[in-house]
Amino acid sequence: MTTHPLASLSDASAVLCVLLVFMVPMACIGLALVNTGLGRSRSAAHAMLSSLCVCSVAAIVYVIIGFSFQGAPGGQAHAFAIGGQTWNWIAAEPFFLRGLRFDFSPVSMIVLLQIFSVGLASLIPLSSGADRWRLGATCISTALLAGLTYPLFAHWVWGGWLAQLGPNYGLGSGFVDAGGSGTIQVVGGLTALSITWILGPRSGKYSQSGTSAAIPAYNVVLALLGCLFAWIGWLGLNSSGAILLGGVEPSRVILVAVNTTLSAAASALVAAAVTRVRFGGPDASLVANGWLAGLVASSAGAAFLKPAAGILVGAVAGALVPFAIDLLESRLEVDDPGGAISVHAIAGLWGLCAVATLSDVGAQSGSRGQWLAQLVGIATLLGFVLPLTYGLNWLLNRVYHQRVDAEGEWRGLDLHELGAGAYPEFVVHSDDFIQG
Amino acid sequence: MRLAGLLLLVAGWGIDMSAVALLPSLMGRAGFALAGVAVELLGLALMVNFHLVLNAGKG
Repeated sequence: MTTHPLASLSDASAVLCVLLVFMVPMACIGLALVNTGLGRSRSAAHAMLSSLCVCSVAAIVYVIIGFSFQGAPGGQAHAFAIGGQTWNWIAAEPFFLRGLRFDFSPVSMIVLLQIFSVGLASLIPLSSGADRWRLGATCISTALLAGLTYPLFAHWVWGGWLAQLGPNYGLGSGFVDAGGSGTIQVVGGLTALSITWILGPRSGKYSQSGTSAAIPAYNVVLALLGCLFAWIGWLGLNSSGAILLGGVEPSRVILVAVNTTLSAAASALVAAAVTRVRFGGPDASLVANGWLAGLVASSAGAAFLKPAAGILVGAVAGALVPFAIDLLESRLEVDDPGGAISVHAIAGLWGLCAVATLSDVGAQSGSRGQWLAQLVGIATLLGFVLPLTYGLNWLLNRVYHQRVDAEGEWRGLDLHELGAGAYPEFVVHSDDFIQG
Repeated sequence: MRLAGLLLLVAGWGIDMSAVALLPSLMGRAGFALAGVAVELLGLALMVNFHLVLNAGKG
């Protein structure tokens, strides 16, 4: 079957779109810097090299098989029927992008955007597996994400059955996620959760009684710089996603950029205020996470929110993140060094809910129906994506042990896996956090 | 406990999908969809508990 075709773009709009898509790798740079800065110095080079490797693996695997499962709205797809309604569940494009014309067509721009987006999603689990995830395992796990998990869910959201919940079942405008709060961020965040569970916490993180030890970020400046890079990348991601995948008029990119910025700003300020009240001063790493959470939450509905709603979306994300990080680390013993699960999964889920409650989409197409469409999308993330990504990584761990051994973790991944540290002239570090 | 958690996650999603596909009224669908999400949260809680126990066992 073929879904509804993509609208063609004028020359000016196509050039604008290409420029916006070219900004998206800035988001990858930003996340790589944040991941590295929030980890340990003894694994810094490993973290940055892993970022480069997973982006490379993600791009190649996505081009070989990922796009053939995801496709683009209007492309060939497999579907089945229930009660007279079609359920478009997987694309049927050829492998290796065969037959695709690389011009200014929307499909070719979607392919480029998705190559960057799948790289961005692959960077998210690196944060939660920091200091203990082997380089080879990161690459194989990324191949599973880029080749199966991401394309399948992305197809459902951008052209598949989730997008068609509106026309087929009268649920508002169907599941709306123009910039990828769910498709990129929550998918990456749930994979990060699976990786954290499978790897287990870092040595010395928890005592026998379950009390967590603070393992501070080695370079918060790097993390904060990463936030600024991520800002630029997210402007491109949200704007190009809104035009190419959300069907928004190109003239609305200004609104998208305003909402993206307002959401990040509000989120960072609220995170600063919350940490100021709780700890007596703003916590730089949590404020960095707050900034990212605002960007993440804005992605789903930046094109459909009024600026005041954009601020509210960010403010809620900024309030959620410090508490979520604390809950996961202290109560649930989920050792997530960079806070990726809270920033990407929890803020992303909030962004999806905000589309139904605060955006024009919900107001125009019936708030209840839109709520239900968003709820079904969220249920799909929890009930399909999480078991799938957990199961795939669990199976991988059975055949290829993903965690570095205790000795390697103690020495640091730089020395253990790469043979040289990131900062060979500053080799002295204490093992304050390693117990036993 | 892990398998039960995963099965509950998938079962909750199945309830949601079935509600959308089979029920005619919006309220009925919404009720079952919320029930499906509740089942998923139960599955998530089991998964969390399983890994808490696993961590405690590793010491």
